[in-house]
Amino acid sequence: MPGQDPELLRRLLRAKDRMDAASHEEWPVPRLAQVSGVSEAHFARSFKEAFGIPPHRYLLTRRIERATFLLRDTDLPITEIAFQTGWNSLGTFGRVFRDVTGESPGQLRAREKATPHRRDQVPACILGAAHRPDLTIAVSEKRRQDAGDSMNGSQETEVP
Amino acid sequence: MSQNVGSQGVGVVGLYVRDQEEALQFYAEKLGFRLHTDVRNGDYRWLTVQHPDQPSFQLGLFTPQAPMHDSATAQTLREIVAKGAMPPLVLVVDDCRAAYDRLRARGVEFTQEPIDRYGSVDAGFRDPSGNGWKMIEARQ
Repeated sequence: MPGQDPELLRRLLRAKDRMDAASHEEWPVPRLAQVSGVSEAHFARSFKEAFGIPPHRYLLTRRIERATFLLRDTDLPITEIAFQTGWNSLGTFGRVFRDVTGESPGQLRAREKATPHRRDQVPACILGAAHRPDLTIAVSEKRRQDAGDSMNGSQETEVP
Repeated sequence: MSQNVGSQGVGVVGLYVRDQEEALQFYAEKLGFRLHTDVRNGDYRWLTVQHPDQPSFQLGLFTPQAPMHDSATAQTLREIVAKGAMPPLVLVVDDCRAAYDRLRARGVEFTQEPIDRYGSVDAGFRDPSGNGWKMIEARQ
């Protein structure tokens, strides 16, 4: 695969940085394309080629990362965290969060609070990035796979 | 912990940059580093800068180029830098908010405004090439 123009990559990085800085905001392709100074038609494909995932899924990982941080390090109610991280409904937040991380927001909070840590030794945003969900497949696909896994064994031969 | 005690330790750590002149201007004029070494040898330029408070350490500003790297490798390195995929860098400052205001006024591209956390304040910026810095307030 031929490489991408570093100058284009630097501008795509700017769009990624802007999502990082304000992941609770809406980032439709036209807005991102404008930040990067590329056409809308070009943007999504170039972004995925550069960073390995489509821009909307990247945004989702950042929202989950931020929600995880707020669950762990604050006592904000889960409803408040859902709205602060860009979800319009608590139900959607809870469902997507569980699909991506494998546990509900409440479960994660309870588990993290019970675990000692030394997070003040590492720059917070870098630590956050290290725990970002590695969402290499779409959430809907992950949901299907997880459902499939739980039935594995008896149904193995039926998987195409 | 005092600095520059013996003669042993890390002397130079290099960054890859897309353009050394642009990088020198950024680190010297915007961040306030000083030029330490600037030696040219044909197309190659050994360029290092220094933080004014840290005389035992140099930050190298290098371009991925032939003949150290074949052209495909150099291209890959330029892409990696432009994607912001190089390792994190940390600049320690006395007053993060004041430094943020000062650097922002000079046109530094901030990726994160100052945030209070864990008893300190941190912000984030990038150099023109895409290298990402965290700017963290020293704990008093």
